[in-house]
Amino acid sequence: MDIFVILEDNHGSVHKMSIEAIVAAQSLNGSISAIVIGENHKDLASEVSSFNLKEILTVNNSLVESYSADGYTEVLHHIINQKKPDLIICGHTYQTRDYIPRLSARNDIPFIPDVIEIKDNLYIKQVLNSKLNASCSSDSGTLIISVQSAAFNGEDIEEGTPLINPFEIQINSEKVRSTSETPFIEDAGDIDLESADILVSIGRGIEKKENLQIGFDLAKTLGAEVSASRPVVDAGWLESYRQVGSSGASVSPKLYLALGISGAIQHVVGMKGSKFILAINKDPDSPLFEISDYAIIGDVLEIVPKLNQALQDL
Amino acid sequence: MKIAVLVKQVPGSESSLPINFDQNWIDEEQVSFVMNPPDNYAIEEALLIKEKLGSGEVVIISKGPNRVQKIIREGLAKGADRGIHLFEEGHNTDPLASAKSFSKIMKSENFDLILSGLQSDDLGLSQTGVLIGEMLGYSTATLVVETMIKGNSLKVKRELESGWFQWVSFPFPASISIQSGLNSPRYPSLKGIMGAKRKEIRIISENEHSDSSKQQYIEKISLPTANKKTEIIEGDSEETIDRIINILKSEIKVL
Ligand SMILES: Cc1cc2nc3c(=O)[nH]c(=O)nc-3n(C[C@H](O)[C@H](O)[C@H](O)COP(=O)(O)OP(=O)(O)OC[C@H]3O[C@@H](n4cnc5c(N)ncnc54)[C@H](O)[C@@H]3O)c2cc1C
Ligand SMILES: Nc1ncnc2c1ncn2[C@@H]1O[C@H](COP(=O)(O)O)[C@@H](O)[C@H]1O
Repeated sequence: MDIFVILEDNHGSVHKMSIEAIVAAQSLNGSISAIVIGENHKDLASEVSSFNLKEILTVNNSLVESYSADGYTEVLHHIINQKKPDLIICGHTYQTRDYIPRLSARNDIPFIPDVIEIKDNLYIKQVLNSKLNASCSSDSGTLIISVQSAAFNGEDIEEGTPLINPFEIQINSEKVRSTSETPFIEDAGDIDLESADILVSIGRGIEKKENLQIGFDLAKTLGAEVSASRPVVDAGWLESYRQVGSSGASVSPKLYLALGISGAIQHVVGMKGSKFILAINKDPDSPLFEISDYAIIGDVLEIVPKLNQALQDL
Repeated sequence: MKIAVLVKQVPGSESSLPINFDQNWIDEEQVSFVMNPPDNYAIEEALLIKEKLGSGEVVIISKGPNRVQKIIREGLAKGADRGIHLFEEGHNTDPLASAKSFSKIMKSENFDLILSGLQSDDLGLSQTGVLIGEMLGYSTATLVVETMIKGNSLKVKRELESGWFQWVSFPFPASISIQSGLNSPRYPSLKGIMGAKRKEIRIISENEHSDSSKQQYIEKISLPTANKKTEIIEGDSEETIDRIINILKSEIKVL
């Protein structure tokens, strides 16, 4: 089986999830080619040059110096047509979400995203907000999959001595319709979630803005900082710099106290490194309970004020 | 500007999700459905664009069984002009085949702009709007958190990972996927709800749109297995509070 792994340029170095994608490929029986694209192709190739790969294909073309969905689709469309791999693997990053579906449609190859496990030609992914798993299959000759962050462990990488081969490609400049400006970070706010010892994190289970106060009161008593899940920020109840998750902060406090947070993967990737996780949720099947040390089944609106009172009475 | 908004009906975040008899999906009889949350933001963005330009048409499109007409009506009640319902029994697990269905019907409409949600809460495929864009030869962008129209081109702010953003510009026609939180979705007014009853929903039968090239399936649905030892504490009694305090004090040692 010929497996291609597409590596992502993350501000000049190989994206962590691309390394995990190589580990996923190495867990299967096949010969692996890694693809690097863009102005940093040399650095990226050298970063993976001690890994067990058959070859590293480097693509350097003025139209794909930096990322664009149009340019990447065009390049990979040609590589796949020419080399005909059986399986293409990448990390389920924001960038692959942006262009892999284009490639899938262009080459008529199915794309199974966000895979957490590969077993007997079945690709297991989470569905229904991480509450259930689906074992997916495909009878297509070629398949693209992306793997979820941390589903495969980057430290399991096998060593080897790959060849480095440039892949020459002509791209018609009319194919690249978009222009991208330089990426930027927005105002970070004046609190530092990353260095907080305790986080009281508020989810949609808080139900309404007026109820946020019970979270702040508890945080004050515990000397904690307040963080939140995305819906709380989307609703405008809290500032965006308090958001934890794939599009917010990654935190690893000593205690992460989750109030009415269900445990969708995009939230979990930002907080699963916490030393202790204590979650309060009225739903006994909340996925966050699966990674919690303490699962308190109950109503945050009742428990939190009582807990705060009891702590103050100590 | 002629704008299409794709809206999907998905199980609500508080719905029960019993696995069906064949163990290949959930028993939908026992599920309560809502509009996929980012799709609601996509409708709002379409209405805002139309209002800003002062002219145009917003068309709500959904594929699924008859129940999906509820969310099409929701869009019409908020101010969209008409709806298209691609009728489908059960549900499709193959995003490419699904996008081919949409493309077949949407091609002749010549939309300038297609808005979709970045990801559905049920299947989480995160690709349908982009697939359709490629099939129709449109520009595409994902995870859009702001839109700006400049003549014949569209400029969008895209969310990248870990708090990074980027502005990207491209020409119309375009298909873009919307990230939640970019606007504040309106509620339908009473007048809107009454008016929606008179708006057209074109129903397209399965054999008019469906594509037989299925290549992707769900073989089995199962419960995730926990890999951490979790202590379960139940109720909001005094005992619970005592136990939590004990944990904070002697196990996590933060008091
Ligand atoms: C590309 C992408 C990026 C994303 N980035 C992020 C991100 O960075 N951060 C993030 O958080 N999300 C992110 N999301 C959204 C994520 O998928 C979830 O939608 C979100 O995390 C859900 O937040 P929640 O748990 O607060 O809400 P819900 O999923 O609605 O859960 C609310 C929970 O509260 C419980 N509850 C309700 N009432 C009570 C009560 N009275 N007492 C106790 N419990 C109660 C419910 O049982 C439920 O479990 C992203 C999604 C995508 C697709
Ligand atoms: N059956 C459907 N009907 C209408 N819109 C859909 C359907 N399936 C997917 N979409 C749209 O595509 C987006 C992404 O869905 P998905 O690719 O399944 O994650 C959704 O937010 C909808 O906007």
